[in-house]
Amino acid sequence: MRGSPRVRLIKWSLHYGVLFLFVVAALFPLYWLVKISLTPNDSLYTHSIDLWPATISLEHYATVIGNSDFLLFFRNSIIVSGVTAIASTLLAAAAGYAFSRFVFRGRYWIVGVMLVTQMFPLVIVITPIFSIFGPLGLTNSLTGLIIIYTAFNIPFATFLMQSFFDGIPKELEEAAMIDGATRFKALLQIIAPLTLPGIAATMGFCFTGAWGEILFALLLNSAASTSTFPVGLLLYSTRATIEFGPMMAAGVLALLPVCIFFFLIQRYLVQGLTAGAVKG
Amino acid sequence: MASIDIKNVRKDFGPVSVLKGVDLAIASGEFAVLVGPSGCGKSTLLRLIAGLEDASSGEIHIGGRRVDDLPPRDRDIAMVFQSYALYPHMNVRDNMGYSLRLKRTPQARIAEIVGRAGAKLGLEALGERKPRELSGGQRQRVAMGRAIVRNPKAFLFDEPLSNLDARMREQMRFEIRKLHRDLGATSVYVTHDQIEAMTMADRIVAMNAGIIQQVGTPLELYDDPANVFVAGFIGSPAMNFLTGEARRGETGVALSVGGKAFCTLPQAVAVPEDGRVTIGIRPERIRIGVGAGQAVEAAADLVETTGAASVVHVDLAGQAMKIFTTERLQLSQGQRIPLAIEAKDVCLFDPAGGGRLR
Amino acid sequence: MSATVSLPTGSRARRRLLMFEPYLYSAPALLLVAATTLIPIVIGISYAFRNIMLLDPTSGDFVGLDNFRELLRDASFWNALKNTVVWTASCVGFQFLFGLILALMLNRPFPGRALIQATIFLPWAIPTFLVGMNWSWLLNPAIGPLPHWAYALGLMNAPDNILSDPDYALWGPIFAGIWWGTPFFAITLLAALQSIPREIYEAAEIDGAGGLERFRSITLPFLAPTMVITVLLRTIWVANSPELIVVMTKGGPADASQIVASYVFTQAYQGLNFGYASAVATALVLLLLVYAFLLIAIRQTMLGRR
Repeated sequence: MRGSPRVRLIKWSLHYGVLFLFVVAALFPLYWLVKISLTPNDSLYTHSIDLWPATISLEHYATVIGNSDFLLFFRNSIIVSGVTAIASTLLAAAAGYAFSRFVFRGRYWIVGVMLVTQMFPLVIVITPIFSIFGPLGLTNSLTGLIIIYTAFNIPFATFLMQSFFDGIPKELEEAAMIDGATRFKALLQIIAPLTLPGIAATMGFCFTGAWGEILFALLLNSAASTSTFPVGLLLYSTRATIEFGPMMAAGVLALLPVCIFFFLIQRYLVQGLTAGAVKG
Repeated sequence: MASIDIKNVRKDFGPVSVLKGVDLAIASGEFAVLVGPSGCGKSTLLRLIAGLEDASSGEIHIGGRRVDDLPPRDRDIAMVFQSYALYPHMNVRDNMGYSLRLKRTPQARIAEIVGRAGAKLGLEALGERKPRELSGGQRQRVAMGRAIVRNPKAFLFDEPLSNLDARMREQMRFEIRKLHRDLGATSVYVTHDQIEAMTMADRIVAMNAGIIQQVGTPLELYDDPANVFVAGFIGSPAMNFLTGEARRGETGVALSVGGKAFCTLPQAVAVPEDGRVTIGIRPERIRIGVGAGQAVEAAADLVETTGAASVVHVDLAGQAMKIFTTERLQLSQGQRIPLAIEAKDVCLFDPAGGGRLR
Repeated sequence: MSATVSLPTGSRARRRLLMFEPYLYSAPALLLVAATTLIPIVIGISYAFRNIMLLDPTSGDFVGLDNFRELLRDASFWNALKNTVVWTASCVGFQFLFGLILALMLNRPFPGRALIQATIFLPWAIPTFLVGMNWSWLLNPAIGPLPHWAYALGLMNAPDNILSDPDYALWGPIFAGIWWGTPFFAITLLAALQSIPREIYEAAEIDGAGGLERFRSITLPFLAPTMVITVLLRTIWVANSPELIVVMTKGGPADASQIVASYVFTQAYQGLNFGYASAVATALVLLLLVYAFLLIAIRQTMLGRR
């Protein structure tokens, strides 16, 4: 940014001005969510579009937490997302390691198949999966969702893990193998500790992916006992009498795990998204 | 300690042949240096010995035992990598002791062996450090330490000094040599640097394009190169090559460059039909001035001096030539200078195949 | 892997086992993907030629192209097709535009950049369903400010919910989609921008190139491959993603905001008409294939011209 002080001032004001608009646009919806969740019922509808709540109360959060259904949904979502994150990261780490370290017959095709599955509209598998899972007892079951989510996460997680493995010199395994380790032992003792941040990031991506999924959760698990948090919240929002306060408080709670993840793995976002560019 | 025998080893990556049938016998306790330009197959050969790659055909024996189908861990060798490949999450002591831990050696014994190796390499004070807290030279030493605690049958070195600065490289060259003298272990050392090869090797294996060009002691390769490649690769500044003509006469074989008489060789030397030859002569074997041999006149072009010595670039009948001298000369561009060349210093090569004409 | 230890040394067995090693590592992932994605895709396409009603055990007959004939007569489908184009083009177009502006502004260091960057990227981390719900609340005049602001600015005749207006319902999910997807483009383009060597700009500046000229002759050519690839892939992905629409409007009112992907979901979920849903999904696959082939053809002709 060169030029006379006057021109520079104008340029910088413009720069910060535009960025400020973007920041406001990015934050406002989330701010509104939190604001409504904290506005007590008596002023919720009378002052609905005030920018600042007149009074603040946690009553909606109490309602949500006191509502056993939401606790159940939260528990279901934690189980499904947690197991999905662990399972897909393990499988993806193994496959990503193979893609990173070996040149083997069929590698090109396997990568191609994984990419193609990412290009297909997921809606086409909704009906077949429903028909296959039904007789196997995997509808209205957390296991069914875990299987589906793990499979859907694997291609992306594999490319992500591969990029992390690619960043570790292969001489390290070679040194370990010469030192007397099998390749598998070298993977566990030398490579895995070095990939830990990558493994954590991949788990985070898979966790959030499963945490927010709604189509399969809606279709496969119609019973309340196996509903995940998104489904519970969506069905709550379509009830005859809508209580906006508790609903938004529940929405804020749904955000919590995701925000924790976001701040933990922020520095891996770029890598995740570059791999995401492959994913599409 | 063991000998290494390589019999007719080939390595193909798809349609590309990297090693085109290599035979090599390395004696027990020998320090052998594989040298050649990048892509000549020297590193691949080393990785085949280590078991990090599988040969396409041929046999590899270490200590008389065939090892082609053994994984690296069962070959009882140690390797020092160009990047050192130290385990970043382990401290110096654990890096050096990892192989012993894999062999389930008792803790006390590991500490003793690692301690002794550390003392030998001057690493005593660094045991708790992580690799990223070490300097390049220290990392290099840890990599060496990791190799010697194994007490292996053979040491393999893959360009271990190329990541160090010039001064450190000189120092480590000396230390590796001394270590080899102490341990007496069979060593195979890969480098693209002919100075490393000359200063360190018991025997040099010069390679190019997947083929061994010549095997011999450093001075054998230097004084008596088998072909143009070895002659040009070994020695710095490099050997001069001139395009010339050889004509057999009464007194011997007369060499001429650009129509001017250059030197006369004894009758015994072989000469191709058409008389076209490549004349090789080392820069330090040319004397400026009139001497016992024939005098050739050249035009001075440029003088580069390092203080200890100078390289004089001259023009001989349109062909560039270098002369290495310890004299301090004041020469102006274009100045005519007489050069003394002796027949015993001249190597003749066949311009077609590059082979030596004797 | 530990099995290698017990093998007789010097045998060829090790080499054979080594050849299997990469397959051992990649097989579990591949098998799971094949079982839950590849095979269902094939089955799904086969459903398109059958009459399958979920709650009707007598259904399941092979009906040939009946489902597709019905599709051609289905006004909702044609409307969904039109909406798919509007939805995809608006989402991707605006996401790209805003993303590019952000990437260019965040490319140079300035005080507060790290914080601003983290804040602006935050929407991308919000789960899609929550993005959809959040925006439907913002657009709801009972608790959201947006209709009231639009009314005050004279953009609307009354502070109504556009999600229940057949003419504008699709724009609700589009707003949400733009808000959610802009960071993706910003981060991707920023990563590409940062990989342009600084020396090139310096050399151009010394050669006398002004700011606009540098953007035209350095930034754009360097960024072009990333731009093209991300836009093309993102187009497929956005066209395939019905979540925001399902959450915000369920395709309503009266299928007015349906895109093809959400139409498939509502057909399967509400109609329980699996045969017809599969036919619509197959049509979507065909359209995407046509899109992909067009892209490849365009790429070939452009390469050929060079």
